[in-house]
Amino acid sequence: MSVLVIAELDSHGIKAATRSAVTAASQFGEEVHLLLAGNDVAGIATQASAINGLNKILLVDATEYAHGIAENLTPLLVQLAPSYSAIVAAATSFGKNLLPRAAALLDVAMVSEVIQIIDATTFVRPMYAGNLNATVKAPAGLRILTIRPTVFEAAAATGGSAVVETIAASGDAGQAAWVSRDLVQLDRPELATARVVISGGRSLGSAEGFKATLTPLADVLGAAIGATRAAVDAGMAPNDSQVGQTGTVVAPELYIAFGVSGAAQHVGGIKDSKVIVAVNHDADAPIFQVADYGLVADLFTVIPELTAALKG
Amino acid sequence: MKILVHIKRVVDYQIRPRPTQDGKDVELTNVKMSINPFDENAVEGAVRLKEAGVATEVVVVAVGTAANQDVLRHALAMGADRAVLVETLTVVQPLAAAKYLKAVTEREAPQLVLTGKQAIDDDAAETAQMLSALLNWPQATFASKIDVVDGKALVVREIDGGQETLSLPLPAVVSVDLRLNEPRFIKLPALMMAKKKLIETLPAAEFGITAPALEIVNIAEPPARKAGKILNSVAELVAALRTEKVVS
Repeated sequence: MSVLVIAELDSHGIKAATRSAVTAASQFGEEVHLLLAGNDVAGIATQASAINGLNKILLVDATEYAHGIAENLTPLLVQLAPSYSAIVAAATSFGKNLLPRAAALLDVAMVSEVIQIIDATTFVRPMYAGNLNATVKAPAGLRILTIRPTVFEAAAATGGSAVVETIAASGDAGQAAWVSRDLVQLDRPELATARVVISGGRSLGSAEGFKATLTPLADVLGAAIGATRAAVDAGMAPNDSQVGQTGTVVAPELYIAFGVSGAAQHVGGIKDSKVIVAVNHDADAPIFQVADYGLVADLFTVIPELTAALKG
Repeated sequence: MKILVHIKRVVDYQIRPRPTQDGKDVELTNVKMSINPFDENAVEGAVRLKEAGVATEVVVVAVGTAANQDVLRHALAMGADRAVLVETLTVVQPLAAAKYLKAVTEREAPQLVLTGKQAIDDDAAETAQMLSALLNWPQATFASKIDVVDGKALVVREIDGGQETLSLPLPAVVSVDLRLNEPRFIKLPALMMAKKKLIETLPAAEFGITAPALEIVNIAEPPARKAGKILNSVAELVAALRTEKVVS
């Protein structure tokens, strides 16, 4: 048997997250095939066949696959599934949208956001925003997984020589129709992928205070600005800046929390950060237990000092 | 138009979850439980569609133990009209939940099913897509805006790096993101009124449903971060950050 990886495409071709899925798939020790479904994608097949670790590309080129609509891709997966021991995609918005739909039709208990493959049926996945890890065993037979792309190194984009086989399209399901797509041009890095994130809690006082206090430091650090749920609930920061279990889970190189107490739901969303810094005047705040560096001080003093020091 | 909202009862988001002593489950004894926050956005979204005159009835459904009465009451207090509990002995996994929800959906015949994009306990984000597949209905996941126009749902969904808009012929399944709305604060009179509303209980056994499930081998806390260091000044902090090579 072989493992089937689902390719995800953007304007540059195959996304790096798909190459992470190839790495995860190769850990099964079987042949790895890539399903490349899209519109006008024959050129991308050459790029795909060069990915290291792939044995075969299944190429299907049709207008109904132009926008990654799950209802149109699912019939392909259902049709191909009997030839495979596992189907793998990255746990991106694309993979998370598509694979459960296929799993239900194939009557498979799927495994989402896998962070470790122990053996062909045993996987580790986070729960409670990473506050706990579950080791789970999938039933025998077809396994369907999404893998967290940040924990599997992307397979090299070159060095492979997979054969390309063209397969027939499955038609338009005539369900959800794609209308438009807006990719955001931010004047600041995006929270989920920023290299540096600074965030504030309710002690920043007001929406004006929140912005005025954090922006100068964010500018110096090239940082995204996040907020606690309490600060968002109090109207100090926009909804989409919420960091934590019910907001955005972040994993930057540097995370600095100002006036954040360290509620479980916030800590769950930041714990994969490389370096965590906490600044809080309350020495007993739980945030200090997860911080690599703590400063027991008033944030309104620390932020201008830190901004000045990093500028100089 | 009738809207069915699927909600789940989970450990409250403010509580730090811990594994049970045998490492086979999550400790739920004497732990505060609440409606899954994303499901609360879904209930709010449905109630607003009713207030706008788009929907005529909002029915909430939960699949789980008898304890789910409290989160169903919460949804009723938010403005849902009726509640249905598919009563199971334990919490079920997404595929089983989707199969029960399919049966309830076929019985209720709503034009729209709403639910949270994921539950904050298992973080699976699977049930809505599975239900949609089993019903052979269109789906839109991670929705941040829902408009119903000319018998279609126009849904803006959150995708990596931006948003996309889909048009779904009804009936359809939509899972919602935090950005959809801010759930209302429940006032005491609404809570009292909700006590009078009906919760219909259907024993899960009556459905005759089976579903493959994952076996939980172990649940554990991830490796702890190394102990941190308390510094005395901004100068020490800057020095530490330069040593870590996270600032220039």
